[in-house]
Amino acid sequence: MESEELFQYIASLEAAARPSEKPSDLPTIEVPPEHFLSLMQQLREDPRLYFNMLQVHTAVDWVKKGIFELLYQLYSTKDRQSLRVLVELPRENPVIASVCSIWRIAEWQEREVYDFFGVLYEGHPDLRRLFLEDDWKGFPMRKDYEDDFMLEPGQ
Amino acid sequence: MNVHVSTLDEKTRSSLAIESHSETEEYFINMGPQHPSTHGVLRLILKLDGETVREVIPVLGYIHRSIEKISEYSTYRQIVHLTDRMDYLSAIMNNWAVARTVEKAAEIETNERIESIRTIVSELERIHSHQLGWGVLGMDMGAFTPFLYGFRDREMITDILEETIGARLTMNYIQPGGVMFDIHPDFVRKVKEYLAYFKPKLDEYEDLLSGNPILQQRLRNVGIMDAETALSMGATGPVLRASRVPYDLRKIEPYGMYGEVEFRVAIGTAGDCWDRYYVRIEEMRQSMRIIEQLIDNIPEGKFLLKKPAAKLTIPEGRHYSQIETARGVLGFYIVSEGKETPYRAYFRTPNFHNLWSLTAMAPGGRVGDLVAIISSLDLVIPDIDR
Repeated sequence: MESEELFQYIASLEAAARPSEKPSDLPTIEVPPEHFLSLMQQLREDPRLYFNMLQVHTAVDWVKKGIFELLYQLYSTKDRQSLRVLVELPRENPVIASVCSIWRIAEWQEREVYDFFGVLYEGHPDLRRLFLEDDWKGFPMRKDYEDDFMLEPGQ
Repeated sequence: MNVHVSTLDEKTRSSLAIESHSETEEYFINMGPQHPSTHGVLRLILKLDGETVREVIPVLGYIHRSIEKISEYSTYRQIVHLTDRMDYLSAIMNNWAVARTVEKAAEIETNERIESIRTIVSELERIHSHQLGWGVLGMDMGAFTPFLYGFRDREMITDILEETIGARLTMNYIQPGGVMFDIHPDFVRKVKEYLAYFKPKLDEYEDLLSGNPILQQRLRNVGIMDAETALSMGATGPVLRASRVPYDLRKIEPYGMYGEVEFRVAIGTAGDCWDRYYVRIEEMRQSMRIIEQLIDNIPEGKFLLKKPAAKLTIPEGRHYSQIETARGVLGFYIVSEGKETPYRAYFRTPNFHNLWSLTAMAPGGRVGDLVAIISSLDLVIPDIDR
């Protein structure tokens, strides 16, 4: 499907999903957190879309805007189509629905994002630190993270 | 909204509390972080019922070096030099993933000579990676000889690459806009000699290990993963292809010279350890075929089109591209603000995603099967932790 056609079709499934105006090199849509889970379910199950791979899930900390931008990059082996889904969450209380029940790899990827950014996933069966110890303080990939071992950039 | 965050202690306790269906007592045992068959510092907590594996809990982070955080303070050329420390058996291909993303985003051109050299060295690396994987699999199954055979032949490839690149393991070769050095004058001759040498040796590999009934019994019908599960578990590379999904970026989104050469994508039928083993054997054959088609026709031209001293910035936005390494899809995602360093850099590494499928395959099997499954995944642990 061409991007325009894809966007229109997705909008017919979930009205809240809009094509993103942010600069991006793949077809990108944005969706508010409250409509996120139902959209993802339809992207996976709709026979015309059938995005069966969750290739990338990560987050970006836009500290000046006070938001986390979550990225979900989907791929369909049927149509060889890629789609990027962006969700914005407030930095203060970053909670989003987990997509573990749709793609099993999400359980792993979401734990990584929790570990580094502190994003909480509602409905995750086993949300805990992935790389760091359980008693680690803070979330190191946040832009305002500080600890005693950090070097000043440029030093 | 209240989201509960648990701990490893809590996880193991709650896992033990689930009522077991047998009358035996279940217990936990640590496999790793230092264990010969995990090939690095990977720790697996096994919940066992006698000899049967009920659950596998991977514990990561023993070799985490925060490559992504370091990347936020590094220029795009510096990032290239971090990537060979991830999957050290696909070092050049990791370089290529960064170079490709940067080239696509900053619209840097390359020529056919550069792309030919990149393809040839990458395929050489794929062969040497699979040789090691083959040898180590033999060793994990209790046969020591394959390891020596694999290493003997792998050394010859590292010798050839060392002449051009100057390193034997953590090779830095591909950079945005070209490659770092031109190929050594003897490169073409030695690669051709090597292919002539290795072709009969690959048949010997098959005689030595593939035809062995003990190995077949250890691998066949062990760790079966169907296509649907493999896709959902995020597996890529030989692991996904062994589950009958012909997903190979070299064919689907050809980059380098892969669009110009003929080769076949090896796929398995059952998705068991044997298929994962045999897909790699077949990939070595196909890699040799690719090199044969390119090695005589490396076009003349420059090997580097963008001067290393030139400032390299990427336009504002989100940029992603991916390549097929020896273990699967390596993607590099850049969020740029138009500066010389990325605002956020993310590596989608193949081993991180492939490891997760272990938790789907291992339960129900024996501890010995678990060793076979880990070995058939061909994991490189630094690539998981980054």
